[in-house]
Amino acid sequence: MDTRVKAIARVNDFVVKFANVNGSGSASANGLFARAILRMGVPVAARNIFPSNIQGLPTWYEVRVVEAGWRGRRGGVDLMVAMNPQTWERDVAEIEGGGYLFYDSTKPLPPSKFREDVVALGMPLTAICNATYSDPRQRQLFKNIIYLGALSALLGIDPAEIERLLAEQYKGKEALLDSNRQALSLGREHALASFECPIGLAIERRDAVGERIFIDGNSAAALGAVYGGATVAAWYPITPSSSLAESFAKWCRKFRTDSASGEARYAIVQAEDELASIGMVIGAAWNGARAFTATSGPGISLMQEFLGLAYFAEIPAVLFDVQRGSPSTGMPTRTQQADLLSCAYASHGDTKHPMLLPEDPRECFEFGALAFDLADRLQTPVFVMLDLDIGMQDWLCEPLAWDDTHSMDRGKVMTAADLDAGRDFGRYLDVDGDGIAYRTYPGTHASKGSFFTRGTTKDRYARYTEEGHAYVDNVQRLLRKFETAKALVPKPVVTSAAQPTNAGVIWFGSTGGAMAESLAELERQDIHLDRLRIRAFPFDDAIVEFVAAHEHVFVVEQNRDAQLKMLLVNECGIDPAKLTSVLHYDGTPITERFITKEIGEKARLYNVTPLAGGRRKAGGRAA
Amino acid sequence: MTYLAKPKIHHPALPRNALGFTRRDYEGAISTLCAGCGHDSISAAIIQAFYELDIPPHRVAKLSGIGCSSKTPTYFLGNSHGFNSVHGRMPSVLTGAALANRDLIYLGVSGDGDSASIGLGQFAHVLRRGVNMVYIVENNGVYGLTKGQFSATADKGSKSKRGAMNKDEPIDLVLLALALGATFVARAFSGDKSQLVPLLKAAIAHRGAAFIDVVSPCVAFNNHPGSTKSYDYVREHNEAVNRLDFMPVRAPITADYREGEVRDVVLHDGGTVRLRKVDADYDPSDKVAAMGYLESRRAAGEVVTGLLYVDTTSDDMHAALRTVQVPLNALKDVDLVPGSAALAGINASLR
Repeated sequence: MDTRVKAIARVNDFVVKFANVNGSGSASANGLFARAILRMGVPVAARNIFPSNIQGLPTWYEVRVVEAGWRGRRGGVDLMVAMNPQTWERDVAEIEGGGYLFYDSTKPLPPSKFREDVVALGMPLTAICNATYSDPRQRQLFKNIIYLGALSALLGIDPAEIERLLAEQYKGKEALLDSNRQALSLGREHALASFECPIGLAIERRDAVGERIFIDGNSAAALGAVYGGATVAAWYPITPSSSLAESFAKWCRKFRTDSASGEARYAIVQAEDELASIGMVIGAAWNGARAFTATSGPGISLMQEFLGLAYFAEIPAVLFDVQRGSPSTGMPTRTQQADLLSCAYASHGDTKHPMLLPEDPRECFEFGALAFDLADRLQTPVFVMLDLDIGMQDWLCEPLAWDDTHSMDRGKVMTAADLDAGRDFGRYLDVDGDGIAYRTYPGTHASKGSFFTRGTTKDRYARYTEEGHAYVDNVQRLLRKFETAKALVPKPVVTSAAQPTNAGVIWFGSTGGAMAESLAELERQDIHLDRLRIRAFPFDDAIVEFVAAHEHVFVVEQNRDAQLKMLLVNECGIDPAKLTSVLHYDGTPITERFITKEIGEKARLYNVTPLAGGRRKAGGRAA
Repeated sequence: MTYLAKPKIHHPALPRNALGFTRRDYEGAISTLCAGCGHDSISAAIIQAFYELDIPPHRVAKLSGIGCSSKTPTYFLGNSHGFNSVHGRMPSVLTGAALANRDLIYLGVSGDGDSASIGLGQFAHVLRRGVNMVYIVENNGVYGLTKGQFSATADKGSKSKRGAMNKDEPIDLVLLALALGATFVARAFSGDKSQLVPLLKAAIAHRGAAFIDVVSPCVAFNNHPGSTKSYDYVREHNEAVNRLDFMPVRAPITADYREGEVRDVVLHDGGTVRLRKVDADYDPSDKVAAMGYLESRRAAGEVVTGLLYVDTTSDDMHAALRTVQVPLNALKDVDLVPGSAALAGINASLR
């Protein structure tokens, strides 16, 4: 290494990236690495960067060790664990100056393969494996555990934490546990004997994780569906949403299996396509069950006709859209927030649908449960908008919480007793002025309360008509209902900058991971922004007020066409000139560095400075 | 005008079924289909079957897709909830409904365009899932509402009203249903109510996916010479393999037949369908033979009708999913929500 470049020395604040070959069994070892650091009380932000492939293509796992608790990507790599010859060049190029390269030195590599400003840490992993194991599969799998052992030495990770995790993983499979322990120790001893440990990057035990949990959004959203009382799930496999349906099955087996009979208090159908999935959801919800589907952009496209029916015939439905790189097949294993418009206005004709926009797995759980109350209350499809970054990555977040006094809000449903009491039943009759009419479940009463559900126009008593005034009466009521939705969906989170400012920033969803850190960095650079995180559509009036109270508002989102900005302009009548887009859409999760640079440059252009005299613009600090 | 309700005045002398309902209680709105439409005869048969089986009308859910046939649920069982869904997608909506409440009777009404063209995929999958339902295709070989285009069940070489020749091979929904695992498969002719009503009753008593293909001539667009779905053509080429009588579980079987002429099939609810054999060799429990027979008769230009296949040991989707006996839509918070204590355990496992 060039002596002019100083090797990076940092404690509990660096990025380790593993470059692996898909299907080589590395995910398990890499997950142990992240969780061992968490067990040492040091937060991590971990991300799998994987191809649409089962075996052979490059895959990466990035672990950002970050005592400060930031949840987004920082950008850059301080230690590259280069286990994939296919991607060697780009992996080596990605390392920060003064960073480290850990690699398999079994086969000598020419000096041209290395960088002078990077510390190379070679260990003959293949040779060690070949000398220790005879079975080729074992050689491959244990190579991962051996490098994990080496990293524990290089970075000062307590091996007892890894062993405890292994013991939990292989409970009841002691033979596997022993062989994993041996491999771990093999790698660790070799590293201790070969290198000065720890290197400049080190983990030191802290108490910075606390009660927080490490969970992916798909699994949390699925648990939300369990707590939300969903009994019917219909889905079609599509990355990155499949694990949501599969997690629902897993949670249901655990919590919804009758202990006496073994029978299921749920039904899950893997449908023949997304059209059938949403059709089943609509049929089940029409018949009084809580039902959902999980899909991604292409599935949303296929569901369009049915979504118009559910909107117009007013049938509850919950859709989890785990967004990926679009359009078309796009980047199936990369992340984007590019389905906002196709969900907000799904289907032909005049339609609008509520959307919930969780920022992390904890909100996936919360909104996942809430969506069922909203769908029943509003009798309409409700979208929970995840993305691959939230859905498929483990996030460190606050523990999941549940209020045991909560009971399902089934909305306006007329019972046989109501009908016998002589209550007037008009399926599309707005008796309360909130745009929401009463419905009856099929099979309720022998002679009252039946009606015909259809996608064609109808009058207030569900009778078929193509009279213009009846049509207008009906669709105007649907607008009133959308106004009612505004009051029911989660409010935006508004926070003021440390100093009064004429500028603000708006974002939603997974962008929050990098956003919080970027705001702190911008503040350090004396750029102060009031903040508003949108959590739902329809938009709350507070959003309009926030924009009105600032001269410049940045809108940060992860798509090319500024879909959130379009929605804001369209729905709130905001002057587009006030909104400056910060757009990230290459399929990787947005980073702190990207946001800071983009906003920093533009803010200087707009002369965003702290206001003199303590003038406060945005409405106070909120939770 | 479909929203005109028929006056609900019952003649005091109208006969009542065991539940005290008259036949009028099983009717719907006035049909807006063309006079003489085969579909209206099917609606009448449905009314008669449910009335005679003493089924409370509100315990039936009737679902359809889009098209003339799919309009008919408005014209029968007015006290049942109905759902006129999306073209070709009734099967998925019915599947969802059946998942939500296993206690209702599900009647899916579709047409040849709805099931054999746009909806062929969903037709296939609802049958292979064994959804407990009666699935009726009112098959006229033509798109009526859009004025006479061929559908996918139109026979090759048959002529449209405007004189065009159909060049494509027809889809035989009965053969498909057999191949896809339907456990009750029948074909009927809308012009023969004496065959259709007992078939409907038997299909209702069956547990699992019951499919009835009802050839139902379109008087407006497909009832001319050269059509193979006209009244005249079907009457001339109808080859019934059996005639049926349906006997509910409580009715004593008294009719007297010569040995070898009849075959009693006991259905899931204990009711019996008595088949009076027309073709002595036809065995409706032998699927493979049934498929061969149907293909050979089709090649000979015959329209084979009757109960073509039944598996009395079949079960349904709920059995496959092992769902609880209580309808899923009746489960409460206590049955469904694990609560905060369970959540604390989950949190602990994620650290």
